Order: sequence, then structure tokens, then C-alpha cells
Amino acid sequence: MNTRQQTKLIYSWYGKPLSSDRKLRTSQYKGIFITSESTKTETCIQLGDFILVEGVNADQPYVAQLMDLYEDGAQHKRAVVQWFCRLEEIPQNKRKLLKREISAQEVFFDQILGYDTDIAAETIIKSIMVLPLHLGEELPVITLNKEQTFYVKQSWDGKCFKVLSPDTFSKLKEANKKRGVITNTSKAFVPSDILTPVKKETDSVLRSATKPKNVDMEIESKHSASKSSLAKERHSQRVAKNDIKTPTARKKLELSSPTRSKGRLLGSEVLGLLDDDCDAIAPLKTSATKRKVKFTSDTSGSPPKIPCSNDKAKSTSETAEHHQRFSDTIRLSPYTRVKDFSGKDKNLHEKDDVLSSVGYQKPSSQSPVLTPRSRRACAQKTSALIAEQISLLESHGKLAAEEDFLSGSDSSYSSSSEEEEDDDDVPCTPEKKTKSSRVFSTPKSSRKSAVHTPVKTVKKTPSQGTPRTPRNATPEIPRRIQAAQEPASVLEEARLRLHVSAIPESLPCREEEFQDIYNFVESKLIDGTGGCMYISGVPGTGKTATVHEVIRCLQRAAENDELPPFQFVEINGMKLTDPHQAYVQILEFLTGQKVTATHAAVLLAKLFSTPGPKRKTTVLIVDELDLLWTRKQNVMYNLFDWPTQKHSKLIILAIANTMDLPERIMMNRVASRLGLTRMSFQPYTYKQLQQIISSRLKGVKAFEEDAVQLVSRKVAALSGDARRCLDICRRATEICEFAGEKRTPEIVRMAHVIEAIDEMFSSPYANAIRNASLHEQIFLKAILAEFRRAGVEEATVQQIYHHHVALCRMEGLQSPTVSEIMAICSRLGACRLLLVEASNKYLHMRVRLNLGQDDVMYALREE
Amino acid sequence: MRPPPRPSSTRAPASLRELRMPPMKSTMSKRKLKESVEESAECISQVQKILRERFCHYCAAGKLFGMKQQYSHLLELLKRTTVHGESNSALIIGPRGSGKTALLNHVLEDLREMNQVRENLLEVHLNGLLQTNDKVALKEITRQLQLENVVGDKVFGSFAENLAFLLEALRRGNRTSSCPVLFVLDEFDLFVHHKNQSLLYNLFDISQSAQTPVTVIGLTCRQDILELLEKRVKSRFSHRQIYLMNSFDFKEYIKIFKKQLSLPAEFPDEAFAQKWNNNVQHLSEDKTVRDVLQKLFQHTKDLRSLHLLLMLAVSAVTTHHPLPTAADLQEASRQHSSDSRANIVHGLSVLEICLIIAMKHLNEVYDGEPFNFQMVYNEFQKFIQRKAHSMYNFEKPVVMKAFEHLLQLELVKPLERPSARAQREYLLMKLLLDSSQIMEALQVYPNCPTDVKQWAASSLSWL
Repeated sequence: MNTRQQTKLIYSWYGKPLSSDRKLRTSQYKGIFITSESTKTETCIQLGDFILVEGVNADQPYVAQLMDLYEDGAQHKRAVVQWFCRLEEIPQNKRKLLKREISAQEVFFDQILGYDTDIAAETIIKSIMVLPLHLGEELPVITLNKEQTFYVKQSWDGKCFKVLSPDTFSKLKEANKKRGVITNTSKAFVPSDILTPVKKETDSVLRSATKPKNVDMEIESKHSASKSSLAKERHSQRVAKNDIKTPTARKKLELSSPTRSKGRLLGSEVLGLLDDDCDAIAPLKTSATKRKVKFTSDTSGSPPKIPCSNDKAKSTSETAEHHQRFSDTIRLSPYTRVKDFSGKDKNLHEKDDVLSSVGYQKPSSQSPVLTPRSRRACAQKTSALIAEQISLLESHGKLAAEEDFLSGSDSSYSSSSEEEEDDDDVPCTPEKKTKSSRVFSTPKSSRKSAVHTPVKTVKKTPSQGTPRTPRNATPEIPRRIQAAQEPASVLEEARLRLHVSAIPESLPCREEEFQDIYNFVESKLIDGTGGCMYISGVPGTGKTATVHEVIRCLQRAAENDELPPFQFVEINGMKLTDPHQAYVQILEFLTGQKVTATHAAVLLAKLFSTPGPKRKTTVLIVDELDLLWTRKQNVMYNLFDWPTQKHSKLIILAIANTMDLPERIMMNRVASRLGLTRMSFQPYTYKQLQQIISSRLKGVKAFEEDAVQLVSRKVAALSGDARRCLDICRRATEICEFAGEKRTPEIVRMAHVIEAIDEMFSSPYANAIRNASLHEQIFLKAILAEFRRAGVEEATVQQIYHHHVALCRMEGLQSPTVSEIMAICSRLGACRLLLVEASNKYLHMRVRLNLGQDDVMYALREE
Repeated sequence: MRPPPRPSSTRAPASLRELRMPPMKSTMSKRKLKESVEESAECISQVQKILRERFCHYCAAGKLFGMKQQYSHLLELLKRTTVHGESNSALIIGPRGSGKTALLNHVLEDLREMNQVRENLLEVHLNGLLQTNDKVALKEITRQLQLENVVGDKVFGSFAENLAFLLEALRRGNRTSSCPVLFVLDEFDLFVHHKNQSLLYNLFDISQSAQTPVTVIGLTCRQDILELLEKRVKSRFSHRQIYLMNSFDFKEYIKIFKKQLSLPAEFPDEAFAQKWNNNVQHLSEDKTVRDVLQKLFQHTKDLRSLHLLLMLAVSAVTTHHPLPTAADLQEASRQHSSDSRANIVHGLSVLEICLIIAMKHLNEVYDGEPFNFQMVYNEFQKFIQRKAHSMYNFEKPVVMKAFEHLLQLELVKPLERPSARAQREYLLMKLLLDSSQIMEALQVYPNCPTDVKQWAASSLSWL
């Protein structure tokens, strides 16, 4: 996060306002400059350009075309865009409509109306290319700026894919042409009208020397982007942004340097290009370490790597081609704004250096064959090399800081070519690379980091060997071998329908509540705003079922286009190991990212507080809300704070048992954010329960009318829990089946229901006492006697023992020994008929009854 | 406290082996005798083996007594789970030794033999004593289900990941296509104390929703188990309770006794088995045996204590004494019911006995209030000075030593932990013996001086 502050970006208008609207106090512009303070570079983006826009997932910035730029009344810079959507943004279930494989670089012309096309200009990352293609056309195999180029073949309107209309096609083409012209003349193109004052020459010189490293550093970090923590991603993203504004750096690296999001693409392409041996490297690399600055040595390493991996085939021609491309790149790099000519000149020198260094590299890189085995062997040398490297780097650091550009670059290349060799041998030694790149990019801080990094990374390397969690294990229970039997008799059918899990066609008796919740969510959806609703009710009153039914209906409506589309996320306090895990689950639902709880909280806060351009409304169900309680209540606070944010588009339905939960356990600030939209589910009355059962049993004659009524009355009197009601009915069918086995199957009658109710509600204590052994019963009598004597409901075993002996004498039984009494006592204690202390107190152990004296008396008297 | 059954069973064979090997006799005339002795030795070792297994591994393979109804209920329940994919939950409740695990094992065994069920049920066995928190329990469940995040025998991932993974796995299944899962939670009451009861909530929640069919069976001895469940967990539990109560009467108890002691039909030596079984029949009709069993039955209906008694009796069987007799059972019963603390008193010295008597008097005088060493010593001095004829006076340190021995035997217990500062003489103590135990112990104490006995009978006897 701190890197964000370090590389502050300044957005400024390019040119004078084209037109302005007095009334709205807006003024339009034709372009925008993005200036990075730290790197002192600028990029210009004009209307019609294709851009990347910061998205929910830092890995996958949105693709868009800039349609309009204006400054609104409040002096905020705004932009209007035409969206393109990536495959990842299209719902899984719709992807199959496409019926063809999609390359990661293909995007779709977005025609979904729901998305906000008005975005803050500050979310623009950089410009890219989007080329329209006809449907049948193959993607051009290798083009320049591979990672910055997207292709569009079809449009997507939320329902189906369509071929681009000729109109749009030509427009896109035009936009590209315009851009193409610009790129071709980019070298000459210097928008002189608003050139910023010339900076110090030395400044730019240094910069041009350091930039390349910077770029590559972040390119490579992309490999690990998915693994590295979020802050690091952000960092790399920022760095990537800087790169846009470092045209000098771009030139020679264009070929291999992708922008932020395309790091993976590069990886996959490298994979494709490399032969089998090298296949093994790529994964190794991507997972090598989690350090953000690793692999930086690939600076000059990565371009030569391709030829060297293909060397067996036709390395020479390849490299030649390669060089060709290099020079192409230099010519074609768009929007290069060189601030002083000396810097530019030197850049040319630099380019030459690169070429020469590559040329020099070739023979040497051919010899070490890239077999994984040799690498592994060489890995052991790494630590020795590290030490060497440190000393080398320290001297380099000084050099880079003090010496002039040429010598500095020379030394850098010589060192990088050295590393190149190392790289061939030991592909997974990020330590060295880290340092070297660090040295060049930030000479001052490098010495420190150079000393510290190796220690850490060395520690990490062995951990690679340990077996990892299978990341992409699919959670699945094995399938059954024999098919499940379908219900054969009426009773079985009834039982199936009466199971709590059976989803009825409708939820009877909750129509009002259903309508209220539905209206609430629907209105919020239509308004595109957020809100909270608190739903309470005792267990088994259909809260969760009703809410799910509402969501089902809303989803159906959204599919039929009656409502704007929305996302549905559900969390359950009981299904979380810790309240903070709520963040993780929500974020995973929304973006598919897996991060730690704290990071998820930060990300979600950002997601909901910033105006998300392309975001759908999110409906979040928080079940068992009371379990999200923490001492500082920050989880609940955040959850209920988000919907109040202007841009959150978050609707929360919170479910808990107690009606006064907000007042009881929440702090005022949390309760106030929860708001007053509440609903409470009353326990079912017997009529409602009766209706629920009969609606489930519609068409199946399995129950006597009276039997159903008895069950519902009984349950309504006790708890009003529909689950209990259904369970009793289910049990009654079993009893009926069991009793009627000999004769023909009959329907469930009163007797069966009564038996089921007795089974479930009878107190177990009386039965347990009745079935206890004689001395156990006498012991209980002795307890009662002692309680009566002492007038206190607690006694020691010794006191009870005396009574017990006396009682035995009266009954003419042999009195038990103390050991036997202790055994009896502990047995009764284990059943929890008695509450007893720890048994090491022996005779002084205190004993209490776990049920009323009257109950004991009642149970004993019946004998 | 009953002594644990294991030691006696392991001790038995050692002593038997010595007895079974009679000293070799060289005279030819006795060869026949020797052969018959060896033959019967063979039989007896077999008998011991069979019965020992029966008594010690009651849970695993014992027969079921008086739980036909519960058996059919549970069998039906599990059959429906496997055949129809119906989710369920149930608790088996009964006091210790009432056959909860035996019942479940029987049902599972019979279930596995059914054709429709074979290979069609995943079982997960958890025990509250082993899976002490949800984290451990989750790992164990995942391991036993062999889900895909199990590598070898280890489960990777954090607690949260594991929970999410398992729930996702179970959520994806449905009634008709997924393999039913049976969760057996032994010592169910201990799971109730896990944080938020989230494991139970989730298991019961799955059993009440349209996911992978699961059946949750809990075994517990606590009658108040339902009160321990949190209201949401309780609502999700189906409230099926299967009670095992040992609800048989004495007649059935005798039958069980006969069944447990009889030899099976497949015993190799039929003649011996016949003889043995006839003897068992005789025993069951014998008056003294009935009395012994009646006494045990009145104390506890737990079948484990019956096994313990039979084990003691059967251990007395040797080649010279090939059939258990009523006297054996009586002796076993005596051992079984003897008072452990009183037995300790038998081994004390006269001085220590005197101290205990002094404490007994103090208890009577002060009505059970705690005492300290000084008080006991004073009481003892009174006795020595006024009453004792056969006793010598002892030095105070010697008396102190005897007192500390009693402390070590836990016949006396300090009220609080002895601190370094407090003088040992004034530490408050309580006697862990009842006066009746002391009097009983004195009755059988060998060579107890008469004056000590008299003093024990009455503290005022010197007046």
C-alpha cells in the first residue's frame, strides 16, 4: 500500500477545453496526461484510445475505449467509456454459448446497459490496442505489443454473443487507424503545446538507465502475481503504471515486457515457445518465491532466453528475427515523449548496447543446455553465488549512483549477462536478481536490501520441496454405486416430502413476509442503491427458506430482464471458523480471489467505497448474524457500513434469532448503521403448521386429518418450530409402517402420532430412574431423605451413605460397602441424574440432583 | 470404584500356566493320568480363551440383550439412508455399559452384509475424547472421507479452508447421486462443548437440507444431552432418541448369565463342552449363585460388572478344578464388592490405626470439622496415658511420620495445599474414612490389641 503513496500519479488535461457546458459547469477535453511524480514521466491518452481501467481484481483491469473526457462541476475529472468485457467477466454458465475456444486476449464489445460508463479519470491505467477482427479470422500469431493488444470479434449484451455490426467494426477500425498513424510517427510526435518544463538532464539520464530494470522487474513479478499477496499486486500494478510513462524504457523491452495484467500471458507464451525441457522451468519460476521483486535479472535475460531455448532448432534465424523486432519496437512504441534529446541519444546507445550484449550472449547461452537436472545441481551453488553477488552489487550500487550513464549501463549489462549465465544454470535463484535489479532501480536503498534479501529467500527455497496443498482439489463426495431407490409406497412418498430438505413449490404461511422482503430488495435493485434489513425469529420459522425463495424469484426476474442483474452471496456465521473469515468468503464469492482476512477486508472496503464502473448490485445474506460478534464489532460494523456508502450497491439481509439483537449486543454505531428496516418471523400457529403439512402432502393420502392437527397443536404449543413438526410426522410414518407391516399399508393414525410425540418429548429422566438398579434407586431415596433432613439441596456422599445404610436395613438388604456406593454415585453422575464433584474428594464429594425432587419422587413411587 | 477388568484377565493366564503344567512324572504307570491331564489342560486353555475374549471385548462382538426394538429402529434408519439417500440424525442414549456401541456395531455389521448397501456407505467415526476441537475433528473427517485435499494421510490447509472445502463438498452432492455418509460421534456430549457447536450445527444442517445424504448418529450416556444443544442446533436435530436402559428383570439376568458362561456349539471337545454347559445350568439353579447374582443385580444392571464377576470366577478354573463352582462365584463376588479403602487399613501399623481411631473420635466430637496433627496427637496422648496397657508411648516425630504415611495413602486429606510457611502440625485435615469402615476394618485386623479395640468402640471408655 505504501508504494501507492510513493508513486503518486497526477492526472492533468491535455489541451484546452473543447467545449464547455455552462449550466452543468462541465468542460470537455480531448486528452489527458498521466504524470507520475516519482518517475517524472508522462503519458497522453486521447479520445478514441483504448485503455485499461482499474477493476475489482487488480489482476484483470477492465478494457475500454475512451469516448469522452470532461471535468464536472466539482472539478472531478471524469471519463465516459465504451466497455469491452473479458471472458472472465462473463458468467460461467453463459460462456458455453460461445461454442469456441477463446484466447485470453480476446475481448467482447460490451453492450450491457446496466454498466456505468461514466468513470473517474483517475482509474485509467494506460492505453492499449484493441483490434477488430471478423469472426472467422484467426488471431494474428505474433504481433508487437502482444500483451497490450486485444482483439474483438463479437459483442456481448448479457444474453448472447453477436457478431460486430459493420458500423461498430468500422468505428473500431478507424480508432485504430488513427492510433496507428500516431504510433508510426510516434518518434516525431511531441505534443509541444503543453510540454512541461525541461527537467534536469542528469535526472533523465539516470532515469533512462534505471527504467528498463524497473519495467522488467514488474513484468516478472507478474509471474507470481497470483500468488503474492495483494499489497504486492498493487505495488506491481503501480509500477506497471509508471512504466507507461517511461517511454525510453519501453522501447527495447516492448517485445517481452507485458503490462501488469498480462504477465501471465507472457508466462504462457514462453511456455508455448520453450521446448519440453523448458516447460519445467516456467512453473518453477512462477512459484519460486513470493518476493515481489524477484526474477528481475530477466531484464536482459528474458529476450535472449527465447532464442537460447530454441537453439536446437534454429536459433540464429530466430535471434535475427528477434533483433529485427527489437528495432521495430523502438520505432513503433506509441506516445513516446522524450523530454530532452540527449536522453534520447543515449537511449539509442543503450539500444545498441542491448543488441550487442544479446549478440555476445548467444554463443555462451547455447552451451548450457537447459535441463532441469543440471539446474538442480547448480542450485546448490546458488548460496555461494549469492555471497559473491552481494559484494559485486555493493560496488555496482556505488557505480550506478555516481558514475555517468554509459559506464553505468555498461556495468549493468555486463553484470546482467553474467546473471544470464547463472540464470541458465539455476533458474530458480531469485535472490541475486532481486538484488541486482534493486541496485539499479533504487541505488540508495539497495545496499540494505541486498544484505537482507538473500537470508530470507534462502530460507524459502527448501520449502519448495515440501508437498503443497493441492490447490485446485475439487471438493466432492464420491458418487454412490447403486442407484437410490425411489419411494415405493405411499408412506415412503410422504416421508420424502415431509423431510425438511424437500423444497416445496411454495412457502405457505409466509406470503406477507415474502412480499415484504421481495419488495425491499426489488426496490433497492431498481434504484441501484444499498440497504440493510434485519430479519429475526426463533429457529424453524422459515427465515432462511423465505429469504432463499425471495432470491430465487429475483433471479428468475433478472433472467427475464424484469430487473437489473445482481450477484448473490451468502455467508453463515456458523459456517465460519472465525468472524473475520466472513471477508474472505465474500471476496471469494465476488472476485474469486483467495486472500487473508485482513487483506480481504481492505479489498472489500475499497471495492464498496469506490465507484465501481461495471459493478452489479450485490445481495448479501448474512445468516446467524450473532456469531459475527467480536469484541470490537468491526466485522459487523463494516458489513453494515458498506451499504451506506454511496457507490456500494450492496443489499444486506441479516438473519438472527433474537428480535432485540441490535440493541442487546451491538454498539450504537453498529446498530444505527443496521437501520430500522426489521422484520420478525413469528412462530407458526397450529393452523399454519397444519397448512404446511397438508401442502406438502398434497395428493398423498397418508395422514388422518386429526393426526395432523394433533401434531401441529402439540408443536405450536411448545415451540412453533416447523422442523420439529415435520420430524414428528416423519417418525409417525415410520411407526405406522413398522406396526402395519403384517397387514396392508395403512395411513398414519392418532395412535402413531401420539407414540411419535411421546418418543420425542417425554422426559428421559423418569424412564432412566425406573430402569435403574435397586440400590441406585435406594441411593436416590437416601438423597431425598438427606435433603429433607438438612433442608439444603446438596449433600456429601458420607451423609447420603448413612441414610442409604439405614434404608437398606429397613428393606432387609445387605448394606453396600463404601466402594459400591461410590460406584453407584459415579454411574448416576455419568447419566447426569446427579451432579457430582470430582471424585478425588471421596466421601466428602458433594452431590446434587439434576432434576426436581418431585420428579424423582414421582418416578420412584410408581414401582 | 471397580478395579479395571484388564489386569485380572492378564494376570490369570500366567498363574494358570504354572498350574497347568504339573511336575513331570517318570513312572510309566502314571502316563495315562498325565495324558488325560494334558488333554483337559488343552480344553481349559481353550475355554479360558473363548470366555476371556467374550468378557473383554464386549463392545465388539457381544450379543445383544433386550434391545430388539432399538435394533430394528436403528437398522431401518440406516437402511433408509443408504438405500433411499434419506438424511437423518439420531442419538443413542444409555448409561455406561448398556451396549450403545455394541448395538451400533451389530447394526453396521448386518448392514454391510446387505446387498443393496454394500460399498454404498461412507463411514466417518469420531470420538469426543480424541477429536477435542472442531479443527481436529474436521481434519479427521476429511481424512476418513479421503477428499481431494488429502495427501497420503495428511490434510493440508487452514481450519477455515478445510471447513469451506468440506461444506462445499457436501453441498455439491445430492440425494440421488452422492454416496451417503454416516457420521458416528462417540462421546457425543463432548462435542457439545466445542466452540459455538459449529461442527454439530453444520452436520445437522446438512442432514436437514438437500445436499449429500448424511446420517449423524451420536452416542452418549448423558440423559440431559438435549438441554446442552444450542437452540439452533437443537432445532436442526431430528429429535430421534434411541434409549438403552438395561430394562431387563432378574429372570432375564439369569439367562444372560447362562448365555455368557456357556460354551458355543462349535467347541472342539464336545464332551467337555457338554459337561461345562451342564455345570453352568446347575450353577444357574443353585441357591448361593442366585444370591450372588441377585446382589450384583441389585447393585447394578450393567453387564460389564457381570463380566467382571464371571472373569474372576473363571480365572479360578484349573486342571484340578475344571468346572467353576458356586464357591468360586461367591469368592469372586466377595472380591468384587470389597471396600478398597478398608483394605488399605488392613495393612496399617498399630500406631497408624491408633491415629485413625483418634481422628474418628475427633470427628465425632466436632461433628466432622477438620482437625490438625496436634489435635490428633493430643487425643492419642490421652489414650496412651489413661487407657493403654499394651501400647508404648512414641516420640512425637515418630507419630508425625506415621501421620504422614496416612497422608500419602490418602486416608487423610489436607483441606488446602500445604504451603512452605505453614507448620505441618497445624495443617487442617479431613479423614477420608467413614466410622463404619474403620470399625469393619478393625474387626478383621489381625492381632489388634484389645484396649485399642475398646478405645475404638467408645471414646469415653476410660471414664
